[in-house]
Amino acid sequence: MTHAEKLIRNMLKGDKRATARLLSIVENGLPQAQEAISLLYPHTGNAHIVGITGPSGVGKSTLVEKLVGEIRKKDQTVGIVAVDPTSPFSGGAFLGDRIRMQSLSTDQGVFIRSMASRGNPGGVARATKDAVKILDAAGMDFVIVETVGAGQSEVEVMRIAEVVVVILAPGLGDEIQALKAGQMEIGDIFVVNKSDIESADRVVVDLKSTLAMKTTKDGWRPEVVKTIATTGAGVDELMEKILEHKEYVESTGSEKTRRRRVQNEIESILREKAAEHVMRLLEETIQFNEIVEAVGALKKDPYTAVDELLLNVTAKPKKEGEA
Amino acid sequence: MESGMKIRVLVAKPGLDSHDRGAKVVARALRDAGMEVIYTGLRQTPEQIVEAALQEDVDVLALSILSGAHMTLLPAITGLMEERGMSDVLVLAGGIIPKEDIPMLKECGIADVFGPGTTTDELVHYIRGKIESEAKNLE
Ligand SMILES: Nc1nc2c(ncn2[C@@H]2O[C@H](COP(=O)(O)OP(=O)(O)OP(=O)(O)O)[C@@H](O)[C@H]2O)c(=O)[nH]1
Ligand SMILES: [Mg+2]
Repeated sequence: MTHAEKLIRNMLKGDKRATARLLSIVENGLPQAQEAISLLYPHTGNAHIVGITGPSGVGKSTLVEKLVGEIRKKDQTVGIVAVDPTSPFSGGAFLGDRIRMQSLSTDQGVFIRSMASRGNPGGVARATKDAVKILDAAGMDFVIVETVGAGQSEVEVMRIAEVVVVILAPGLGDEIQALKAGQMEIGDIFVVNKSDIESADRVVVDLKSTLAMKTTKDGWRPEVVKTIATTGAGVDELMEKILEHKEYVESTGSEKTRRRRVQNEIESILREKAAEHVMRLLEETIQFNEIVEAVGALKKDPYTAVDELLLNVTAKPKKEGEA
Repeated sequence: MESGMKIRVLVAKPGLDSHDRGAKVVARALRDAGMEVIYTGLRQTPEQIVEAALQEDVDVLALSILSGAHMTLLPAITGLMEERGMSDVLVLAGGIIPKEDIPMLKECGIADVFGPGTTTDELVHYIRGKIESEAKNLE
């Protein structure tokens, strides 16, 4: 029995240490990662995957704690993946989301994992998606992914979610502007948190007018919910909206939505693997070095160089009968 | 160590003391040294700390304690870790711990104790040395 097989067998028996080890394997992109995912993939598909995103400090983690409280009332289990940015200077990270989730820390129906983005947008998206699969296979009824909305990689991470909750709070200046490109488009539910602060109502009005004509890819009209995460006010309504959205998607063709998600994932893995594969092929050729030199000496531009290289790689395994 | 690997550290504050400046200084120094630091906040019970260390699959558990309750809290933590098969995690303690208590703590599974005079550089150096030599032994 391989190491990955052993870990998965133990995880399926409820061993949290095994779950934690599997998460490390995909996080570090270790060689066993692919084997592990392929073994546990048949066990996935049970969890409802909720993405939570929004600018730094709006109360995402505080809200997650309260939302998990709601889920636990229904006696369902929750896995949480909390992603924080890696410092571009040191490569280290301060992962502090657990500070706001203390009431969950010994709940046996909850598993929390903090992850650093490690500076590679594609990498964090890949690792997060695999982490979600592991928690899903471990039997969690819900998996919540928290990321700070800072750019394209978050949008990519959120693609795995079946419902995306975008959180705002008053006091960010122009709140709607603070949502980076793309976030407005990916939200199924918008939360105005910190609504104990007066100017929250203005944010709600702005948000509603921005969203007025919008529908998501599934034809869903985005909802706006007001919360006070510190007291839990409004969190029951947020939970209701999440379930309403789930019902909506299920009643209007979740197969199509699922297909889109799967296709998207296959495409992104394909892109990654194809690039790696081509690079490996090219690095072994003398031609690669020659072309690098030619571009360096301004004898060729880099685009033409890449076209030539690709032509060479793709033309290589000639089948019989082909020119 | 594989290139993608980062040293993961849980910095935790067991006991009832009400400020965590020291713990945060340590957390920041370890982050600045390229480690991934999980911080869980004040007033953590041994159960909370061990559960977090397990879920986060950390290499190092750094405990900061000022309250004087180290002789009960620290063995409670290492005891739980042993129960859960986590003896491979490097457990360090810092804060105000009298010298005469150190041998007893080491017997309970605390790898080392760092007094108030320790610089963060020393701590970083120590952790790197331990984790890297461990990684070599596994190879
Ligand atoms: N007044 C008020 N403060 C809140 C509310 N929700 C959260 N906070 C506070 O806002 C601060 C940030 O909360 P977090 O939950 O850590 O926010 P976050 O969005 O997870 O932050 P990052 O993960 O760092 O991006 C904390 O001090 C919370 O106590 C709220 O509804 N009202
Ligand atoms: Mg947070």
